[in-house]
Amino acid sequence: MGKGGRALALTVVLAGALTLPFVLSNFRLFQFTLVFIYSMALLGLNILTGYNGQISLGHSTFYAIGAYTTAIMIDKWTVPYGWTIPVAAILCLVIGVLFGIPAVRLEGLYLALATLALGLALPQILKYFEHWTGGSQGIVLSKPDAPFGLPLTPDQWLYFLSLGLLLLSMALASNLLRGRTGRAIVAIRDNAIAAEVMGINTTLYKSLTFGVSAAYTGVAGALSAITIAFVAPDAFDVFLSITFLVGIVVGGLASVPGVIFGALFIQFVPNYAQDISKAAPWAIYGTVLILMMYVMPRGVWGGLRLVFARLARRPAGTRTVS
Amino acid sequence: MDTFFQQVISGLATGGIYGSLALALVMIYQATDVVNYAQGEMAMFSTYLAWTMINAGLPYWVAFFATLVLAFVGGVVIERVVIRPVENAPVLTIVMVCIGLLVILRSIAGWIYSYIQKPFPSPFPQKPLQLGALILGAHDVGAIGVTLVVLVFLYVFFRYTPLGLAMRAAAQNPVSSRLVGIRVGWMLALGWGLAALVGAVGGMMVAPIVFLDPNMMAGILIYAFASATLGGFNSPGGAVVGGFIVGVVENLVGTYVKFIGTELKLTVALAMILIVLVVRPSGLFGRVAVHRV
Repeated sequence: MGKGGRALALTVVLAGALTLPFVLSNFRLFQFTLVFIYSMALLGLNILTGYNGQISLGHSTFYAIGAYTTAIMIDKWTVPYGWTIPVAAILCLVIGVLFGIPAVRLEGLYLALATLALGLALPQILKYFEHWTGGSQGIVLSKPDAPFGLPLTPDQWLYFLSLGLLLLSMALASNLLRGRTGRAIVAIRDNAIAAEVMGINTTLYKSLTFGVSAAYTGVAGALSAITIAFVAPDAFDVFLSITFLVGIVVGGLASVPGVIFGALFIQFVPNYAQDISKAAPWAIYGTVLILMMYVMPRGVWGGLRLVFARLARRPAGTRTVS
Repeated sequence: MDTFFQQVISGLATGGIYGSLALALVMIYQATDVVNYAQGEMAMFSTYLAWTMINAGLPYWVAFFATLVLAFVGGVVIERVVIRPVENAPVLTIVMVCIGLLVILRSIAGWIYSYIQKPFPSPFPQKPLQLGALILGAHDVGAIGVTLVVLVFLYVFFRYTPLGLAMRAAAQNPVSSRLVGIRVGWMLALGWGLAALVGAVGGMMVAPIVFLDPNMMAGILIYAFASATLGGFNSPGGAVVGGFIVGVVENLVGTYVKFIGTELKLTVALAMILIVLVVRPSGLFGRVAVHRV
């Protein structure tokens, strides 16, 4: 696909995304809003796991911190919801960096272990601070109306808000990963020792990557609290983290556009699988996770690129630096 | 003071169970450099098999040993079919595959047996043992005993049998082992089988306490991880000692530190893991891993 083709495809996708809110039912629209929110969370996890090679089995934690930051600020202090999103981002950035500092000393398996423990312990912690979090009952919010008197329903407004923030964060992420910083992040994943010898401050980059990743996921969590208008501890268990992992593996590790495919997968596949059995979504997740690892380790996006590369008779892999 | 001893004893009992799961984790880690995230779910599934057999009318101990055989075969099959294709893949791939295995086993168990909690029988008498002023649950004492038996069995196996020696060799130096005629691939599969077996023992010992359901291992696995981390991921004996320590600490903290109680139990395990990983990543008894660059 040449430059022109890519621009055309992008325009078509964007035009489609912009017309959806006016043709879909409110429930479908809500589902697509969640797709954008998940995409953002996956983007955060992918920066950490896909690009930097740090495995996190506890990203539900940052999603939850974002969601609860927003919910508590709106519920307790009646802060306008728009202001809660940057606060969630900054808070998650700080907590992410703080957690990232000890995490730097942990290699692959141990980091996965520590983050898994974090993800498992989180619902209990949320229930414990009942005064703030409402315990197992959670916090109920109300959906915001469209601002500036725009002629949109709340669902349509939230759709556009999420889409806008997703596009913004994808642009920011691409920028970050394309440049000098991005190369350092990837170099650490591929060979930490060599990267260090080249003069990259691995400690700094790894903990910062952790923070940035947490910030993206936290913003997604904040948006989810606003969109679903409800937060409760059991929604943020360790299986949410595993769902995110499934998402980035399906979409494609170390790819920015891939996260949308991953988000579509984790939003819609369980919905349809649920009709077969309550257990079916997870059976499918597990099978897909293992099969992807065997046959398509670069995910849907990686697969698509391979196909396009073949079609354009360009040797595959010439631009797979990402 | 009596409460103290009481808590220590019941801590040792649950600790024994954490220890046996930690032992299973450490065995697989030593043999294959894989931390098996599906270990808890494999144990859970084996326990369901035992439940099925006991419900079908088999005596407890027959079902017990039949389950051990099935778990062993299951472990070998999983290694051959699922893990082998990614044996030399990066850590990320292996973690993903193990996580995939975890959710598959959980959902199959939920599918077949539903998510309703089931009681699981204990092979030990109901009547508590009286020891001076202390009252000990017979199941607690039995679980400690079973853990120790398993540990001794494994020690003898690895230390004194040719097969155990071959397995240790295959884990330590695969290339040289292959040169002297050890079938390294099969040794790894045997390692998975043995770990599944040890896990099944743990599952059957813990099920009478926590009841049987597909989620029963989530909390226990984190304690097993804490035990293995504390003892050192490359020290089988350390894993068991770690298990006992974690069990006792969990109980004492739950009893004496009021703001933790039972509500933040998992957080205690999290804190232990983080502290050990930051202060002494190799654990109490582990060796520091040295990588050649």
